[in-house]
Amino acid sequence: MAITFNVNGEPREVDVDPNTPLLWVLRDELGLTGTKFGCGVAQCGACTVFVDGMPQRSCVTPVELINGSDITTIEGVEGPEASAIQKAWVEIDVPQCGYCQSGQIMSAVALLRDISDPTDEDIDGAMTGNICRCATYVRIRQAIKNAAAELKG
Amino acid sequence: MLKSVIEADRRTVLRGAAATGAGLVLAMVLPMRARAQSGAAAVIKGGATDTAFAPNAFVRVAPDSTVTVLVKHIEFGQGPLTGLTTLVAEEMDADWSQMRGELAPANTALYKNLAFGIQGTGGSTAMANSYEQMRKAGAAARAMLVAAAAETWQVPAEEITIEAGIISHKVSNKTGKFGDFADAASKRSPPAEPSLKSPSDFKLIGTDRPKLDTQDKATGKAVFTMDATRPDMLTVVIARPPLFGAKVKSVDDTDARKIKGVVDVKKIPQGVAVYAKGFWPAKTARDVLKIEWDETGAETRSTDEIVADYKKKAATVGRVVRKEGDAEKALPENAKTLQAEYVFPFLSQAPMEPLDFLIEADASGGEAWAGTQMQTVDQAVAAQILGCRPEELKLNTMMAGGSFGRRATPNADVASEAAEAAKALGRKKPIKLVFTREDDLHAGYYRPLYVHRLKGAVDQAGNIALWDQVIVGQSIIEGTPFAAQMKDGIDPTVAEGSEDIPYQIGNLRISTHQTKLAIPPLWWRSVGHTHNAYVVETFLDELLAMANKDPVEGRLELIGEKNPRHAGVLRAVAELAGWGAAVPEGRARGVALHKSFNTYVAQVAEVSVGKDKLPRVHKVWCAVDCGVAVNPNVIRAQMEGGIGYGLGHTLYAEITLDKGRVVQTNFDTYRSLRINEMPDVEVTIIKSDEAPTGVGEPGTPPISPAVANAWRKLTGTPVRHLPFTRHVQS
Repeated sequence: MAITFNVNGEPREVDVDPNTPLLWVLRDELGLTGTKFGCGVAQCGACTVFVDGMPQRSCVTPVELINGSDITTIEGVEGPEASAIQKAWVEIDVPQCGYCQSGQIMSAVALLRDISDPTDEDIDGAMTGNICRCATYVRIRQAIKNAAAELKG
Repeated sequence: MLKSVIEADRRTVLRGAAATGAGLVLAMVLPMRARAQSGAAAVIKGGATDTAFAPNAFVRVAPDSTVTVLVKHIEFGQGPLTGLTTLVAEEMDADWSQMRGELAPANTALYKNLAFGIQGTGGSTAMANSYEQMRKAGAAARAMLVAAAAETWQVPAEEITIEAGIISHKVSNKTGKFGDFADAASKRSPPAEPSLKSPSDFKLIGTDRPKLDTQDKATGKAVFTMDATRPDMLTVVIARPPLFGAKVKSVDDTDARKIKGVVDVKKIPQGVAVYAKGFWPAKTARDVLKIEWDETGAETRSTDEIVADYKKKAATVGRVVRKEGDAEKALPENAKTLQAEYVFPFLSQAPMEPLDFLIEADASGGEAWAGTQMQTVDQAVAAQILGCRPEELKLNTMMAGGSFGRRATPNADVASEAAEAAKALGRKKPIKLVFTREDDLHAGYYRPLYVHRLKGAVDQAGNIALWDQVIVGQSIIEGTPFAAQMKDGIDPTVAEGSEDIPYQIGNLRISTHQTKLAIPPLWWRSVGHTHNAYVVETFLDELLAMANKDPVEGRLELIGEKNPRHAGVLRAVAELAGWGAAVPEGRARGVALHKSFNTYVAQVAEVSVGKDKLPRVHKVWCAVDCGVAVNPNVIRAQMEGGIGYGLGHTLYAEITLDKGRVVQTNFDTYRSLRINEMPDVEVTIIKSDEAPTGVGEPGTPPISPAVANAWRKLTGTPVRHLPFTRHVQS
C-alpha cells in the first residue's frame, strides 16, 4: 500500500506493510538514520520525531497512521529552539556514547517550543521518557536551561 | 574491567584463545612504519583525507596541515577519541582546531592495547596504556617536521619552535605550517627515542576540552553500526533458545517466508536466522517461526533456587584469597558481632544501541563493521568461522552506542552469530545482524549473581576485631581465553575490591566459591567492584556505627598512613560536601570510598525517602584521583555518568529467571535511571603528577554503598539484597 507524507519538508511515498513502524520506514526505506532504535516499545525515546509538530515515538507509530502528515527528524529540525538547544549541547559537551541524543534533542526542542523558561519539574516532565544509559542527565538539564536563557536573550 | 588481564603476556592470552577455539594465528607482523591504513571507517569527518606524512601508525598529516590521529580504542562515550588525540596534539604543539580523530581498524600488531597484548578496550585502560605511546607518536612527528624545516631553511633545528601548529625560526623570521613540511618530513627516519615534554610545559593536557565527536552526536550525523549500510544488504534477526543451554530441534518457517521482504531462513548453531530487506520484515517473520527446542541439559532453575544454593555454599569457608591474623580466633570478651548475608542480582549492561554486527563476506574473507570492544578476538573468531585468516577479514571499528562491557565477550558471541549467518547464506550478500532490546536482555552475558556472607566484630575499645567474608558466584574468565590469568584456579574478578580492602583489620579472611552456570557471565561496568565495593563499604559502615565512630573519621583511622591516595579522596570529598555540617530535615548523608582500576573515588550521597518509598538521591559529591587529569571535562562527565549508571541499577534493576526463562523483557521491566531520578553531581579532581589512570568505570562502585549508608542512617534499615525495589514497603 502506498503511503505518502512529508519528511523534513520533502514529499515521500513508500510502499510497505502499513503496520511498519515509522522508525523503520525512516531508517530502512528513506536512509534517515539519525532517528535511533533503542527499545521498540516507546520506553526509551531514542526514536523521537515530530509528527505535525508534536513529539512522538516513531517505533510504535504505524506508518499508515501518518499518511499525509509532516514529519520532522533530527536531520531536519530547525528554528530558534533547535539552534539554541544544539548549541548548548555542544558547548557543555552533553553526549557520551551519543546514541540517545537525537531523541533527547527532539524532546528538548519540543519542550522549549512549549515552555520557553522551563523549571526543573517541566524538564523532568518533558524528558522523563528519554533514557540515557550513559546518564548524561546532569548536562541535559543544564543545556536546556542554557538554551532557554539564550532564547530569552 | 579486564583487570585480570592487565599484566597479560600477549602470548598466554593467544595460547588461551587457541585452546578454546577462539584463535587462529592472531599475530601479524606489519612494519610499524607502515602508513596508517587509509580505508578505516571514517566516523569523524576530517578535513583532508589525503596523507602527506605518516610518521607512524597513529599520526597522519595532510597537505592542508590537518592532523588525523588513528585512535586504537573504541569510542563509546568515555572519550578516548578525544583523549588520545589530545596526547598527540600536545607533543606536536598543534593547534586543537587542526586535530581530527579516527577509530583505528582491527590490526593487533599496530593497535594492540599495551596492557592486554591484544587490541581491545576495557579495564579503564585506554588512557593509562596510551599515555606514553601517543605522546611519543606525537613527539616523533614533531621532531621530523622540525628536522625537515631546519633542512629547508638551512637553520639549526634547536632554534626552531612550534606554537599552535605554526613552525617558526624567529632569528630568520621564517614561519610555516605542518603541511608545508609534510613531504620533506616523510622522507626522514623517525627518531629512535623522541624526547617528551615536561608536564610543566603542557598546554592541552590538563585543560577542559569538548569531545571531538560531540558535534556529530548533537546533530544525528554520528554513524553507528546500526546506521551502517552496504549495497544489497540484508538485515538478520535471530531466534535464540528460550532457555540457556537449549538448542533448535526443528523449525517450521512456512509462515515466516510468506512475509513480504523476507529473503531466507537458515538454521545456524546459535538458533534460527531470518534474512530480510530491512529490520521490520525480519523481526515480524521471526515472531511467526515455529521452533521446537531441545531443552536437554538447559538451565531450568529459577533465580531463587540459584540464590538458595549459593547461600548454602556461603555457609562454608571457600578458597582463601586474603588472610590477615586469625579469623577463627576466639573473639575478645564483650565484643559485639554482626552477621550479614548479601544478594546481588544478575545485571544486563543494556547499552543504548542494541547489539549489532555487519559482515560482507566473500570467497577470500571480506569486510566487517562493528562497534567492537575487542577487535582482535572478534576478528579472529569471525575469520575462523568464515575459514579465512584474521587479516583477510578487514574489521572496521565503529562508534558504539554504549557497551559497559557487553561488546567485549571472550567468545565473540555477536561476531560469531553474524559470521555464521553470513556463511549460512553462502556469502551471497552483506548482512547486518541486529538484536532487539528483548534479545539483548535475554542473551545472558550478565554481571553474575553473587551472594556474600559476612561475620564481623567490634571490641570494647571500638576496634574491628574480625572480618570474615565468603563470596559465592560465577567466575567470569574461567573457560575463556582469559583463563590464563587465573592463579591456582582463582578468578581475581570475583573478589576484586574486597581482596584489596584498604582498611587495616587485624583478623581478616576473604574466601570465594566459584560456581558454574549455563548462563554466560561477563564484565559489567567495573566488574567485581560492583558488588565488592557495596559489601565492603556498607558492612564497614555498620561496624563503625556499632563502634560509635564517624564514617569518615573511622575510615581514615583504618586507612592510617598506608593508603594515602585513598585518604586523599576521602578527605577531599568530606571537605567538598561539608561533611559533619547540618543536613536538611528528612535527609541523611552516606559516604563510600573505593579504588578500582588504579583510580581512587570517594562519594557522599544526600538522600531522603522518595514518594515511591525508594531513596531519592538529591546530591552526590565526588572526589577522584586518577593521576594526571588529561581532560577534566571528560573526567567529570565519567563521574556523573558512572554515578547515574550505578544508581539506576542499585535502585531498580535485576534480571531474574523463572524456571530458566528470563522474566524481564525491555526497559519497562528492566528499569533504567531517568532524568527525574538523577541527582546533582559535584566533582573535584585531585591534582596529581602520577601517571594517568582510567575513569570509565571507577565512578560506579562507590555510589551504591554511599546511598545505602545514607538510607540506613535515615530509615535504620540496611539493604542487603539488591535492587532497592525489593524493599519497598507497601
